[in-house]
Amino acid sequence: MIEEEMNLTELDIQENGIDDKGGSWLSCFPESFTSLEVLNFANLSSDINFDALERLVGRCKSMRVLKLNRSVSLEQLQRLLVNAPQLAELGTGSFSEELTFRQYVELESALSNCQNMHTLYGLWDAKGIYLPALYPVCTHLTFLNLSYAALRSDELAKLLAHCPRLKRLWVLDTVEDKGLEAVGLNCPLLEELRVFPADPFDEEIIHGVTEAGFVAVSFGCPRLHYVLYFCRQMTNAAVATIVQNCPDFTHFRLCIMNPGQPDYITNEPMDEAFGAVVKTCTKLQRLSVSGRLTDLTFEYIGRYAKNLETLSVAFAGSSDWGMQCVMGGCSKLRKLEIRDCPFGNAALLSGLEKYESMRSLWMSACNVTMNGCRLLAREMPRLNVEVMKEDGSDDSQADKVYVYRSIAGPRRDAPPSVLTL
Amino acid sequence: MENSVAYEKATELRLGLPGIDEPAVLSSVKNNKRPLHDEKSGENGKSAQNETAPPSKAQIVGWPPVQSYRKNNFQQAKKSESECGGIYVKVSMDGAPYLRKIDLKVYKGYPELLQVLENMFKFTIGEYSEREGYKGSDYEPTYEDKDGDWMLVGDVPWEMFITSCKRLRIMKGSEARGLSCSGV
Repeated sequence: MIEEEMNLTELDIQENGIDDKGGSWLSCFPESFTSLEVLNFANLSSDINFDALERLVGRCKSMRVLKLNRSVSLEQLQRLLVNAPQLAELGTGSFSEELTFRQYVELESALSNCQNMHTLYGLWDAKGIYLPALYPVCTHLTFLNLSYAALRSDELAKLLAHCPRLKRLWVLDTVEDKGLEAVGLNCPLLEELRVFPADPFDEEIIHGVTEAGFVAVSFGCPRLHYVLYFCRQMTNAAVATIVQNCPDFTHFRLCIMNPGQPDYITNEPMDEAFGAVVKTCTKLQRLSVSGRLTDLTFEYIGRYAKNLETLSVAFAGSSDWGMQCVMGGCSKLRKLEIRDCPFGNAALLSGLEKYESMRSLWMSACNVTMNGCRLLAREMPRLNVEVMKEDGSDDSQADKVYVYRSIAGPRRDAPPSVLTL
Repeated sequence: MENSVAYEKATELRLGLPGIDEPAVLSSVKNNKRPLHDEKSGENGKSAQNETAPPSKAQIVGWPPVQSYRKNNFQQAKKSESECGGIYVKVSMDGAPYLRKIDLKVYKGYPELLQVLENMFKFTIGEYSEREGYKGSDYEPTYEDKDGDWMLVGDVPWEMFITSCKRLRIMKGSEARGLSCSGV
């Protein structure tokens, strides 16, 4: 493919089983090829031919986006940057090898020449001691993705002191609440924050971020409108404060990692938290809820979230009524995904009129039965109602249901595990 | 057939508190990889919710909702961390007021480890034999492996032990003797 495309400007390789261990695809670019503007192979796990890459980057003077994979070392990064100071977006390779002082100074110098850089990714396994090399580049950064670097709070704080213009920040929860306090102090222009869990499956580790970190960010970053937050504890009061400080949320995705966990101080359900979100944030388009939630949460959503388009629900609700409120109230709803909730056929069928105006509905591990799905399919012939059953489950249970509108009729390429009703 | 009864008891999954004879309920939850339907279908109103403990997240498929490429990255990072760092495990002893922590990487083998444990908790471990476990003492060193099973220290090769050991527990008394297949 590469040999054919003489005017290719963007090459974006996502990992899809490419069986090339030597990275010889890079050598396929002829010496006369200079048009590449975007090169992304960050998700490729194999090693690459660095010499070919160096020559390619060196001659593509219009390249603005370069995202390397983990196999590219710091020393190699420096060699690439020396010939590509025009880069606007950089995904570094691994950021953790041992550097001599001279190598460090050269790296810092190469980075400081990149005056156009506004986006920085990668930084895999970044060691705190090398982060200062980034400081010269940080002044102009608007998007910093540190979600592959397990930084401590002090390391993040020092870095952020140099990033006054940051609008989007992704981090791991290793930075803890103290790290998020530094976000609130240093990044007044922040619009988007994503905090990923470093150890999502290990129950023994009680670190990460809490409600305190989120609240600290909300005080310092009034323009915040997109948040994805993984935590292990939250309170209704904290969320109420957060949305009071940041009423412009369009995307509010809160994941309290222990399913069905209540407000850890009052032990009450988290209904009032999400009630506050939907009442205050009138522009809300996307909402992911978590924690212990009763039908009241869904009453609030149905009543107030009039601009909601995407809703994700897990381990929540008390009865069909919850889902019925959402189906009846959220007129702009496009995508609804539900797992492990006590919503059954009555809830499913309450959306009869609605599904054709939606992109899709996903329900898994709920109380929906095959009969309910058959009824839906019969009443609404323009919908594809697909059921996936799990091994060993009751014959009458519809373990996983996927409903979407289609003018092309049922799909013909469904694997045997998918039943179209 | 006293031996076989003792063997069954010894190999039974026991996650309950020391000294309790009934098998703990937790063992079935740990082996169950399905989402916990039973808790949900019984739910009707607030009272049910207050009594139902939230399902443990380690057993739930697809939760927390973290994308797979991120999960792979964590595992890679964790692996490299444990390669250069130590393997720290908690050590508890029945009856002791607090736990200790040791770095398994520091020791070259079982004799060294057992010596350290004896010094740390001021007791004596008996003589190990594959057939009879630890004889000659009220105490037996045991460990929890990756599958959550409690195993007798010393049965597997050292390298396998340090990579599969999650925590150590020095068991005392009759329960300890039940764990080794001595048929007493």
